[in-house]
Amino acid sequence: MFGILRLAYKLLVNDKAKFTALLIGITFAVFLMTEITAMFAGVLNRASATVINIGARIWVMDPSVQTVANTIGMPDYALDAVRSMKGVKFAVPLFSGGALVKLQDGAYQSVNVIGLDDTSLFGRPQMEQGQIESIYAEGAFLVVDDSEFPKLGNPKIGTVFELNDHRGVVTGIAKVATSALFGVPSLYTTYYRAIQYIPNPRYTISYLLIEPKNESDIPSIQKQVQALGYLALTREQFETKISNFYMFQTSLGMNILIMTIVSFVVGLSISGQTFYTFILENLEKFGALKAIGTKNRELVLMILFQATFTSLAGYGLGIGLCTLATALAKMRLPDYASRITYGNLGLALLMVVIIAAMSSYIGVRKVLRIEPFDIFRG
Amino acid sequence: MGTVAIHADGLNKWFGEGEARTNALKDVHLDTTFGEMVYIVGPSGSGKTTLLSVLSGILRPDSGTVLCEGADLWKLSNDELATFRLSKIGFVFQDYHLFPRLTTAENVAIPLILRRTDWDKALIEAAKYLEIVGLKGRANLPPVKLSGGEQQRVAIARAIISQPDILIMDEPTASLDGDTGRSIVAFVKEKFLNANRCILIVTHDARINEFATRILHMEDGRLSNEERHQNE
Repeated sequence: MFGILRLAYKLLVNDKAKFTALLIGITFAVFLMTEITAMFAGVLNRASATVINIGARIWVMDPSVQTVANTIGMPDYALDAVRSMKGVKFAVPLFSGGALVKLQDGAYQSVNVIGLDDTSLFGRPQMEQGQIESIYAEGAFLVVDDSEFPKLGNPKIGTVFELNDHRGVVTGIAKVATSALFGVPSLYTTYYRAIQYIPNPRYTISYLLIEPKNESDIPSIQKQVQALGYLALTREQFETKISNFYMFQTSLGMNILIMTIVSFVVGLSISGQTFYTFILENLEKFGALKAIGTKNRELVLMILFQATFTSLAGYGLGIGLCTLATALAKMRLPDYASRITYGNLGLALLMVVIIAAMSSYIGVRKVLRIEPFDIFRG
Repeated sequence: MGTVAIHADGLNKWFGEGEARTNALKDVHLDTTFGEMVYIVGPSGSGKTTLLSVLSGILRPDSGTVLCEGADLWKLSNDELATFRLSKIGFVFQDYHLFPRLTTAENVAIPLILRRTDWDKALIEAAKYLEIVGLKGRANLPPVKLSGGEQQRVAIARAIISQPDILIMDEPTASLDGDTGRSIVAFVKEKFLNANRCILIVTHDARINEFATRILHMEDGRLSNEERHQNE
């Protein structure tokens, strides 16, 4: 069997022009499919940036909340109620909201303000400069050093700004795991300063963050929160809810799907057509092999091997190219949102398998139909 | 008289449908024995190639039987037929049908590779057969670098490398000049034919008649008459 596969391999790679065209077609398709889906994964990841950066196990919110950016305030008594629930180790409030900052040069800049629980500072970022305790200072804010940091004029510790006519001062520079999606800088402060500085409706708690006593307590906590009229989601569930919103309730998901399908069609067209030409050029030879005594299943095996080998080689090259392009892009563009996930890799592999299957199906049909008698007839 | 190699009885083959339906083989009977080099000659469209295909297990007849070395060919399954052809029959096609992307040795080794012979051993054996057909030192060249006569020799080496009992040659001299054609057929007869082998050749080329044991004339789907040569 190995000899037959080696024969198939030689027939394929020795036709350098067609093999190269096949590889380029599949590599290009895989590159496009992976790059597009990786960018989408990057966007989704950034859409959940607050959830990832805060890192709470359970998030309690109004049932109408769709994304972490669109909050609906909850009353203080909800915090008390949650704290008294069975299975809750602790619960803290979180403020998340947008505001306008007036910089020293007089320019205005939109920011996202995260207000951490004053007592525990649960969800605090990692400090790059300054101490976390400095957040308790008069008008103190921590600035996140991410790709949006320059929009605040590259502030230093001690830089002063205005937020809704309140004086703010940078007391620390922090870093977080993931930058936010909407291109605005992030400021961390205490919960009570946040609700003082930023005008709010009657209810001010954006989210309640819960740490359960045990993982097994989570379903029970979710039921108790539901009975209270709110929604409790684990970190993963909240991320999924946000992703689903962008995928299914905005045009983003559909556009990405269309681009991925276009890439797939391009790859299928190039590789399918080239493989078909390859089979056509060798059709008489395959007929001669049949006459000599090659069984149909052996010919099918040869064609499947050729299609699979080319597809996997193209897949590897495509993924490698995508990784390289992403790495280069991130070096030049720090806020480039792209994440190659196992899901992206799996999707591209699935598409490549379909391309291989469809290309080889056409070839197999042709080869199975050729009659050795036709070879004699010429 | 030698042992019967191929016994064909009452072969009929139809092509097409309706008014275009034609009878390519009409109740053909044929016996060939080992040690014979049998030519099938006749005008174009007379059914020579159809007969050769039916006798070699490539084209199923509408009626009749073909016993090849005692095996009823058309009662075998497709896989059994393929195995039978691979082990018992060697083919030399009119257009050679060599793979241009393989080396000459790899082309010759194909029947051995199909019989699961180790790749390297098959190539060593192929080099030996290339030497037998007078192409020593050409093993690593692609077939396109060879002349027509040399390509024909490669095709012959491929056909005989698995030591088949029956060699089928379709117009082996059609693309060759007279001298080369004669030398090829003479070579095959000298190197391949013995008491345990039989060669069937379809040809239009009267210049090679001297090498035949028997010449069967075919016309309008029937084997019409038979010439016996001194070589019998």
